[in-house]
Amino acid sequence: MAEKPNNNAYWAANIRLVTICLVIWALVSYGFAILLRPMLSGIAVGGTDLGFWFAQQGSILVFLVLIFFYAWRMNKIDKEHGVEEE
Amino acid sequence: MDQTTLNIIVVGLSFALYFGIAIWARAGSTSEFYAAGRGVNPVVNGMATAADWMSAASFISMAGLIAFVGYQNSTFLMGWTGGYVLMAMLLAPYLRKFGKFTVPEFIGDRYYSNTARVVAVISLIIISVTYVIGQMTGAGVAFSRFLEVSSTNGLLIASAVVFVYAVLGGMKGITYTQVAQYCVLIVAYTIPAIFISLQLTGNPIPGLGLFSDMSAGNTGQGTPLLVTLDGLLTDLGFSAYTTGSSPWLMALFTLSLMIGTAGLPHVIIRFFTVPKVADARWSAGWALVFIALLYLTAPAVGAMARLNITTTMWPEGVQGEAVAVEDLPNWFETWQVTGLLGVEDKNGDGRIQYYNDSSEEMQALAAERGWEGNELVTFNRDILVLANPEIAQLPGWVIALIAAGGIAAALSTAAGLLLAISSAISHDLIKSVINPGISEKGELVAARISMAGAIVLATWLGLNPPGFAAQTVALAFGLAAASLFPTLMMGIFSKRMNSAGATAGMLAGLILTCLYLFTYLGWFFIPGTNMLENTASNYLFGIPPTHFGPIGAVANFLVAYLVSRVTAEPPQHIQELVESVRIPRGAGAATDH
Repeated sequence: MAEKPNNNAYWAANIRLVTICLVIWALVSYGFAILLRPMLSGIAVGGTDLGFWFAQQGSILVFLVLIFFYAWRMNKIDKEHGVEEE
Repeated sequence: MDQTTLNIIVVGLSFALYFGIAIWARAGSTSEFYAAGRGVNPVVNGMATAADWMSAASFISMAGLIAFVGYQNSTFLMGWTGGYVLMAMLLAPYLRKFGKFTVPEFIGDRYYSNTARVVAVISLIIISVTYVIGQMTGAGVAFSRFLEVSSTNGLLIASAVVFVYAVLGGMKGITYTQVAQYCVLIVAYTIPAIFISLQLTGNPIPGLGLFSDMSAGNTGQGTPLLVTLDGLLTDLGFSAYTTGSSPWLMALFTLSLMIGTAGLPHVIIRFFTVPKVADARWSAGWALVFIALLYLTAPAVGAMARLNITTTMWPEGVQGEAVAVEDLPNWFETWQVTGLLGVEDKNGDGRIQYYNDSSEEMQALAAERGWEGNELVTFNRDILVLANPEIAQLPGWVIALIAAGGIAAALSTAAGLLLAISSAISHDLIKSVINPGISEKGELVAARISMAGAIVLATWLGLNPPGFAAQTVALAFGLAAASLFPTLMMGIFSKRMNSAGATAGMLAGLILTCLYLFTYLGWFFIPGTNMLENTASNYLFGIPPTHFGPIGAVANFLVAYLVSRVTAEPPQHIQELVESVRIPRGAGAATDH
C-alpha cells in the first residue's frame, strides 16, 4: 500500500476539521444557549437575552453554517490529498 | 362550499399527486427499491430528508411544546437539528462510501458477524416501529379532525395511500413523494405564520417577528413581543416564557435528542441515495436548510399563538374583565367540538377566567375577585398549529392546506420508517442470514412483501396502540443513541474495534437503556409494573428516563472499548475495509452491488 502515508495525513486533516466544527457545535448549543446563558444575560436581543436567541434560533443557524463549511472544506481536502471521487 | 368539502378536495389533490409520482417512479431493481438507484440530486435528497424527518409531531405538536413551556423546551429545537451536524460529520459520508443498502448491513459486514447484524436489526425494528405507530395515529387524527371521518377510517385511508406508493416505488417512489410532501407541509406551515407575524409585529418573517416589537393596535404596542408575553403570563401566575431552570438536565436532554437523531436508521439511509460521497456531505446541509425553514418558524408560531389566545381570553388586559362567554370567537366553538379546547364557567359570572389556579398568589387574587378556578379547562397544545389559520382569520383554503400538511408530514415519515423496517427484514434477515442464495428478482419480491407486511403491522398497532407507542422520545431516541450511533461511529473511527467489542457494546447500551426505562415506565411499558415511581426523587442521579440516551451511549462505548482490548484485533481485510470507507475515492465503483 504505497498510498498509506498520504491517507494518514488525509485522515488527520479530517479529524482536525471535525474536532474544530464539533467544538463550535457544542459551544453554541450547550454553551451559549444553556450553561453559559447567565454570562450572556447582559446582551439584550429583541426583548430577551442572547442566550434565549441562541436556544431558539442562533444555534440552528450556526449548525447550518458548520455543515456547509465542513462539506466545502472537506471536498477541498479530498482534492489536496488526491482521494476525491473520479 | 363548506370547509369539509374544501378540505377533502385539497387533501384529495395532494393524494393524486403522490399516486402520480408513485406510478412515474416505479422501482425496477433492488438498488432502486432500497436506494433509489443512487441517482438522487443532493438538494432533492435534502428536501426528501426534511420530509422524512419532520413527523406529525414536528408539524402539529412542536410549536405547542415550545409555547406552553417557553425557553426550557428549546431543547427540542436544538436537539432535533444539532443531530444533523453529528450525522454529516461522523456518519453519513462514510456510510455512503461503504455503498450498501441498510444500516444493519454496515454493522454486520464491518464487524464480520451475523450476531452483530441481528442485534442491529432488532434495535432498528424497535426504534422504527415505536416511531411509526405515532405517525399512523397522527395521520388518523388529522383525518378525523379535518375530513369528518372516524380516526379508524382515517388511519386505514392513510395506510392504503402509503401502501400504493411505498410497495410500488420503494425508496425511489418514497423519495419523490417526500419532495412533494415537503412542499405541501412547508407551505401549509408558513402561510398562517406569516400572517400572524404581520398582524402582531408587522414583520413578514415569523422568526424575526419573534424578536420584534408589537405593532400598532396590539396589546403592548411598541414593546418587544417577548416582553409582552412574559408580562401577560406572569400576571396570570404562569412562569415567564423566557426563563428556565435546571440547565444540566436541559443540556443532557438536548444531547440525548442529538445523538438519537444522528442514529435514526430511517434518516441515515436517505444519504445512501445520492451519487457521491461529496454529495452526501452537501445533502446533509441541504436537509438542515429545509428543516430549519420549519424549525425557525415553530418557536414564533408557538409564542405568537400563546399570546393571541391569552389576549383573546383577556381582551381588556389582565387587570380588566375576562372575556364574556358570548364574545368568544367562532373558532373557539369549532374546536370545542373536537375536545381540544374546553371552557367551563365555574363561578357562573358569564365570563371565562384563564389563569394558573395552582399558583398560590393567584389563588389569593382569585378569592378577592370571585374566581373559582381556571375556566379554560382544556387547552391542548396541538391546537396552536391546527387552529392557527382560524386565529389569524385566514380563508378556508389555508385551513385545508393545514389538513393536507399535517397528513403529508405523517405519511412522509411513516413511509421512510416502513422502508427502514422492510429493508432490514428483506435485505438483512432474508438475503444476508436466512437465504443468501436468493436472486435479485426474488429479493425484490421479498422486499415488496416485507413492505406490505410492515404496513399491515403498523396499521394494526396504530389501531391498537401498545404502551410503548407513547414513549417515542424515550424509547426510539434512547435506543438510537445507546445502540446504533456508537456502534456505527466506532466502525468508522476505530480500526481496532472488533466483532466481540461492538456486539457487547451494542447489547450493553440496548439492555441498560431498556432496563432504565422499564424501571420507571413499567416492564415493556405495561402500566403498573414499574418498580419505582416515575418521579424526580427516584431517578438515579436525577436523570429522567427520557434523558437516558447519552448514558446508554457511554456504556456502549466503554464496554466496546474494554472488550475489544482483551480480544483479537479484526482481520486484515476488515481493517482495509475501514481504510476504504474513510476515503471518498472509489464510491462510484461501490454503487453496483
